[in-house]
Amino acid sequence: MDQPSPEKLIGMLERMMLVREFDEQAAVLAESDRILGAVHLYCGEEGSAVGICSNLTDDDYVTSTHRGHGHCLAKGGDPKQMYAELFGRTGGYCKGKGGSMHIADLDLGILGANGIVGAGPPIAMGAAFACKYQGNGTVAVCFFGDGASNQGTFHEAANMAALYKLPLLLVCENNLYGEFTRQDRHQTVADVAARAAGYDIPGVVVDGQDVMAVYEAANEAVRRARAGEGPTLIEVKTYRFYDHVGRSFGRLKRDPEEEAYWRARDPIQIFREQLSEQGVLKEAAADALLETVRARITEAVEFAESSPWPDPSVLLDDVYTEAS
Amino acid sequence: MSQKAFIQASAEGIRQEMERDPSIFIAGEDVGVEGVFSAFAGAPEAFGPERVVDTPISESGIMGLAVGAAAAGLRPVVDLMFMDFIGVCYDQIINQMAKNKYMFGGKAKLPIVVETASGGGMGMAAQHSQSLEAIVCHIPGLKVVMASTPYDVKGLLISSIRDDNPVIFIHNKRCMRVRGEVPDELYEVPLGVADVKREGTDVTVVATGYQVHDALEAATELEGRGVSVEVVDPRTLSPLDTDTIIASVEKTGRAVVAQEAVNFCSLGAEIAAQIQERAFDSLDAPVMRVGAPFSPVPFSKPLEEAWMPGKDDIVQAIEKIVPVHA
Repeated sequence: MDQPSPEKLIGMLERMMLVREFDEQAAVLAESDRILGAVHLYCGEEGSAVGICSNLTDDDYVTSTHRGHGHCLAKGGDPKQMYAELFGRTGGYCKGKGGSMHIADLDLGILGANGIVGAGPPIAMGAAFACKYQGNGTVAVCFFGDGASNQGTFHEAANMAALYKLPLLLVCENNLYGEFTRQDRHQTVADVAARAAGYDIPGVVVDGQDVMAVYEAANEAVRRARAGEGPTLIEVKTYRFYDHVGRSFGRLKRDPEEEAYWRARDPIQIFREQLSEQGVLKEAAADALLETVRARITEAVEFAESSPWPDPSVLLDDVYTEAS
Repeated sequence: MSQKAFIQASAEGIRQEMERDPSIFIAGEDVGVEGVFSAFAGAPEAFGPERVVDTPISESGIMGLAVGAAAAGLRPVVDLMFMDFIGVCYDQIINQMAKNKYMFGGKAKLPIVVETASGGGMGMAAQHSQSLEAIVCHIPGLKVVMASTPYDVKGLLISSIRDDNPVIFIHNKRCMRVRGEVPDELYEVPLGVADVKREGTDVTVVATGYQVHDALEAATELEGRGVSVEVVDPRTLSPLDTDTIIASVEKTGRAVVAQEAVNFCSLGAEIAAQIQERAFDSLDAPVMRVGAPFSPVPFSKPLEEAWMPGKDDIVQAIEKIVPVHA
């Protein structure tokens, strides 16, 4: 693997900050009822989306989950259009018809967040099928969680991707909880990656709080995929800093020691320290970078809130594609 | 133009369209051996395993394959061997395939054909005989097609493959062996356009699938008793060509809806509702429904025959609303 340039590393940190700040702000907006609906926060898992997507181009595909803001931003999504979608405005990615759980940007290969747990793997497998069919060297990535790894769809997609040797990364973000249920209460394996053996594909466990570890694992999986060597299952061990929905939904009972352990392993802080030690970016410069990210977030929220509401006359638009 | 069986005409349409458009591929269980109903006859030899893709028995995987591949620019034709299996993959169809376009603000385009076989009459029992068109017609974003003749099936299938929306293309099993004249070349039968299969003046029978043939038989029988029956085949169930149906009912003043599906909450119920909403003043009698009783499809031959709606049921329904000489 080539060592990423300092510019690329700083760009990755900036993306992680953007993902974090986007959802911290989304939480505030949801709590003050400025945005409606369920908002699933990605805070704590930034190393996964950014580590994986930093290996992709705009022509590669990703499928996302209900906890999808991070994937979208990491793939290059525009925070203005994302916030506008959260606000339900016409300037949103889906013109206000999708909301937080259905953001997509097909021009960037983002095939959509998804409100159905486990729906993504077959779709990403299908996109990977198209990549191979078209022979253009593109790959598809499926983000899903430990909870989704118990759906039959994951197993069907893994089997078919292995069978057809598709250029697919199955990225299980194991944040230890499926909704409110701890992993050891919903599956017998500790490592979801162990399930790769059932499909005779590589299964890799990686520390999700170390973005460079994720980056390196994904780099090899993407290399394999582009070379026609088939899919890889990457299990990213990570943690959801907040509740299933919002910051505090009220059903989640977690061990305070567990929370403290993972809070101390904040992927952004870890990466900042790494970059500082390597002399790539000093702490003061990282602080300045964070300020620019926060300014961008403020600007994006302003854009979103000033975007017009959809007119009821568009209600029936886009149910079908009209003949051209 | 030559005589072809319904299922041969269907397979020919797919094959010819695949020759024209390299972005079309077929995927499904046993499609590599032409599918269990020979719906893909000739395709494996013509296009090889890259374009006629045998899949594991993984219906959700197959439907997801279609969604992802279509989103990435291909035109999948996927086989759901028996429509009863839709229960296994309903999420991919109703929450993914059907909704991506709308949910994503119009940007997604999913040109997918899901070809499937429905209906009874073959001793296949409760899990391989259902007519489940209503549960896909109920979902905005899907188009639903059910052809009754060899000519219609080829043209409708070509139109469905060329359409940029997901289409659930339902082959009624008893229609598969119906023979008729079919052009040898490519042609389209437009989606969303009903066909008047027989003109008449006394009563309209709106029939789908094999019930079209039952209705035509009933019309012939009743002609000898002085009743003139018009038979309308919607062909596309969603979007439904209600204009053609309403125009016919306004002419005849009476309507019977005939289908193989269970009557309760069926497409026939929807058609009856639309007729009374839009043509109430033209109606001289209540709209009658012919369909299956409210039970699973039984296995044993006499039970399945008793269950299956047919020509006699259509005649009886007409007799209830049209003055018929014995």
